[in-house]
Amino acid sequence: MSIILTEAEAKALMQKVLSYSKADECEVNILGEQRGNLRYARNEVSTSGSLVNQNLSVQSSFGKRVGVATIDEFSDESFQKVVKMSEELARLAPENPEFVSVLEPQKYLSSNGFFQSTATADPDSRATAVLKSLELTRGQNLTAAGFLENQMGYSAMMNSKGLFAYYPSTGVNFSLTVRTPDGTGSGYVAKGYSDIKKLDTAAATRIAIQKSLGSVGAKALEPGKYTVILEPTAAVVLLENIFYNLDARSADEGRSFLSKTGGKTKLGEKIVDERVNIYSDPTNIDLPSSPWSGDGLPQEKMSWIEKGVVKNMFYSRFWAQKNKVKPVPFPGNVIMEGGTATLEDMIKSTKQGILVTKLWYIRTVDPQTLLLTGLTRDGTFYIENGKIKHPVKNFRFNESPVIMLNNLETLGKAERVVSTESNQNYMIPPMKIREFTFSSLSDAV
Amino acid sequence: MMPGLAMGRTVSAEALMEPGVDVAIKKKLADAALNAAKSKGASYADVRIGRYLNQFVVTREDKVQNIVNTESYGVGVRVIANGCWGFAAVVDAKNEAQMAKAAEDAVAIAKANAKLMKEPVQLAPQKGFGEVSWKAPIKKNAFEVPIKEKVDLLLSINGAAMANGANYVNSVMFQVNEQKYFASTDGSYIDQDIHRIFPQFNVTAIDPKTGKFQTRNALSAPMGMGYDYLQTNPSDKVTGITTRYNKGYDMLEDATSAAKQAKEKLTAKSVEAGKYDLILDPSHLWLTIHESVGHPLELDRVLGYEANFAGTSFATLDKWKSKNFQYGSKQVNLIADKLQVGSLGAVGWDDEGVNTKKWDLVKEGILVNYQAIRDQVHIIGEKESQGCCYADSWSSVQFQRMPNVSLAAGTTPLSVEDMIKDVKKGIYIIGDGSFSIDQQRYNFQFGGQLFYEIKDGKIVGMLTDVAYQSNTQEFWNSCVQVCDERDYRLGGSFFDGKGQPSQSSAVSHGSSTARFNGVNVINTARKI
Repeated sequence: MSIILTEAEAKALMQKVLSYSKADECEVNILGEQRGNLRYARNEVSTSGSLVNQNLSVQSSFGKRVGVATIDEFSDESFQKVVKMSEELARLAPENPEFVSVLEPQKYLSSNGFFQSTATADPDSRATAVLKSLELTRGQNLTAAGFLENQMGYSAMMNSKGLFAYYPSTGVNFSLTVRTPDGTGSGYVAKGYSDIKKLDTAAATRIAIQKSLGSVGAKALEPGKYTVILEPTAAVVLLENIFYNLDARSADEGRSFLSKTGGKTKLGEKIVDERVNIYSDPTNIDLPSSPWSGDGLPQEKMSWIEKGVVKNMFYSRFWAQKNKVKPVPFPGNVIMEGGTATLEDMIKSTKQGILVTKLWYIRTVDPQTLLLTGLTRDGTFYIENGKIKHPVKNFRFNESPVIMLNNLETLGKAERVVSTESNQNYMIPPMKIREFTFSSLSDAV
Repeated sequence: MMPGLAMGRTVSAEALMEPGVDVAIKKKLADAALNAAKSKGASYADVRIGRYLNQFVVTREDKVQNIVNTESYGVGVRVIANGCWGFAAVVDAKNEAQMAKAAEDAVAIAKANAKLMKEPVQLAPQKGFGEVSWKAPIKKNAFEVPIKEKVDLLLSINGAAMANGANYVNSVMFQVNEQKYFASTDGSYIDQDIHRIFPQFNVTAIDPKTGKFQTRNALSAPMGMGYDYLQTNPSDKVTGITTRYNKGYDMLEDATSAAKQAKEKLTAKSVEAGKYDLILDPSHLWLTIHESVGHPLELDRVLGYEANFAGTSFATLDKWKSKNFQYGSKQVNLIADKLQVGSLGAVGWDDEGVNTKKWDLVKEGILVNYQAIRDQVHIIGEKESQGCCYADSWSSVQFQRMPNVSLAAGTTPLSVEDMIKDVKKGIYIIGDGSFSIDQQRYNFQFGGQLFYEIKDGKIVGMLTDVAYQSNTQEFWNSCVQVCDERDYRLGGSFFDGKGQPSQSSAVSHGSSTARFNGVNVINTARKI
């Protein structure tokens, strides 16, 4: 049997595991994955490899006592052992006051995130794809460092109340930094897809080459407040900090940017510009994701921020039950709606501003205001009277994405983008922001 | 960079005490992979058979949220074939056929990628050590301590924090055991047993009138120790404005202080931006050392191997070759050390079979060396590797990772109290906070846990909204004093991130309290 189980194989396997259970409740989760990568730097391959992995986890409960045990060996004997082990742990565990019973069978949306083309990529096809990129950088005497990784896998779950879920998926991420030989220019590009057929390493490489050559001879501008155009790769690493902090419990407890005095929250309040719409949808054709969450809850189309207003927050099943609301799982994908402007339109309409390719080393400075710090990197350009005038030295910024989305000027068309901080894929538009705060200069290229 | 740690499978506590695969069987399995690699044309091969155990006890206030035991077992085979690296990893490999298949896959990857190579990998020669072993010198194996004892400790510290004014408290006991077996075609068969522990908490205090909240994290350090780190004696404590800890951590005392200090932070004075002399405690300075010294002196960054992710370095080879690049002031001596007892980076051999050592990086302010591994060391004219190779799992390929990098204690007797006496306008910073640095390690910004204003030689009160920004070379050249070895303590990270796919490594950084003059401090308060 392949390490990647079909839906029928996964179902049969988990039924067998559940048949060994003597607990009040039992839940089984399994996953299998194959990964391959090619990493290169200085125009040469550096470290590259492959990984074959599988895992089966059993959660047993007696009353409010819960035990979890897991194995990576798949055999009848090991299945019996893992069930027994989880039951022993459950009997020893203290009662969990936040225990919630396993879910009844659920209905899930249909989402296709598995592409055979990606699943069958091998060392030779990865090498061919990278060679197309290397030929371009070597041809222009530029230095390339990049990473190509493809993955195929599945996850599945079943519990003693009859819930069953299965989701196969594939993905490929390609990222590339092109530097001039003297180290005075650097450009970056990253692309992520579910279907490797959409990946054009040569086209992506041309973008990084253009940024690299264009960033030579950067001039220093005084730090301060500037109008910026954030490309999606730059915007996503700031916005991610909003997405991660939409948890209802933290907000209710008074320790979130969504908290207000007296245990109240900003749910239902307008916190950013009314053109901001952020939602999740597992069936999005450009960014498919699992239609169920790790605890079996259905992932539905869910609006988080609509016309600038906080519409929903995540509720764990325990917190939802306590507050008598519907549980809302942490989403499988996040999409920010865009506008119609192209990046070129946004540059054309800018009198004075800065085009930012990428932001780097993002860290929270103050969780109450979501103040973040980090730096520009790999392509930062000064815009004057609708044209890119010259590259500029990199800046450190101190800015909150909440303040930033209140200072929104224009949204471009949303595209699939890879976060350089989390490696997650999102749909994010380029955006023009006024009064973005740069606090110091960096000599880094 | 500090991402999360890759987790293994979850198991019972008892399972963690079961011995792993017998060393004689591991040798047989390793030989199967090495022989298969050679027969397929590899000029070099190494095998790592790894069993990685983690335990987390997670609590908040009066509740145990989770008790997780994970175990991950598998094999990683690395080869050079046709002058190119290849690597393949397989979960739960327990027979010779699986080992041989992994080796064949690694060779296939190397051969596929060799067509992209212009120059073959150049590997520094390394003698084989035969069958040898190394065990971390721990006094009490944390995995042998009953879970109940850990739960009781965490719930008691949570109770102390709540009783002293905290609104919320989260606490975690995190422990790691790496059981690693390494074998290579150089003739080494190395069995190692490594332990690490990290007790930590976060206390939150909320002002009900304003809705403002403040937090204070534990002043513990992750250590290469067993549960003995939780057994304190008075000589492990550093008293002063708040108590700090050396090789024994009093978690209960620290949680009590943390709750009071989180409340105090709610009404602390917001800092006035400007230039200050900074007095940096080792519980804070470790992170500045990590980011502004440890990372820029990684040779793989200097050479461009990390250009696509972690970045390159300002500390270029020409600066090193000049022998007069003033990285810091004369007071600044920075040392790499893979031998330091109780540190996170201490091992007998690295993950490519090189015996570990200690060496100077910056001597009296001058850049003198880097951190390197076997396939780079020829570039800096060394004949053997410095032993800095590490992989965070059997499933990850080993590459250059930071050894412990520490600031040597001052040689002139100097206490923290005496250091503060001379400061006219300064800030004393304890504990690590927000951190960010550019991809070539010039411009950085750091926060902290506790900030105390110093006026005319005296601590006059607590400050808030503090972060300092500087440039690495400027900062280390502004170092005017380092306290003596009585104040020397280790800090460190469990989660230093680097590489693609990203890997996490644990590393310690020691120092005594040090003074830096005229550093730019910003005010971080905002309204949303």
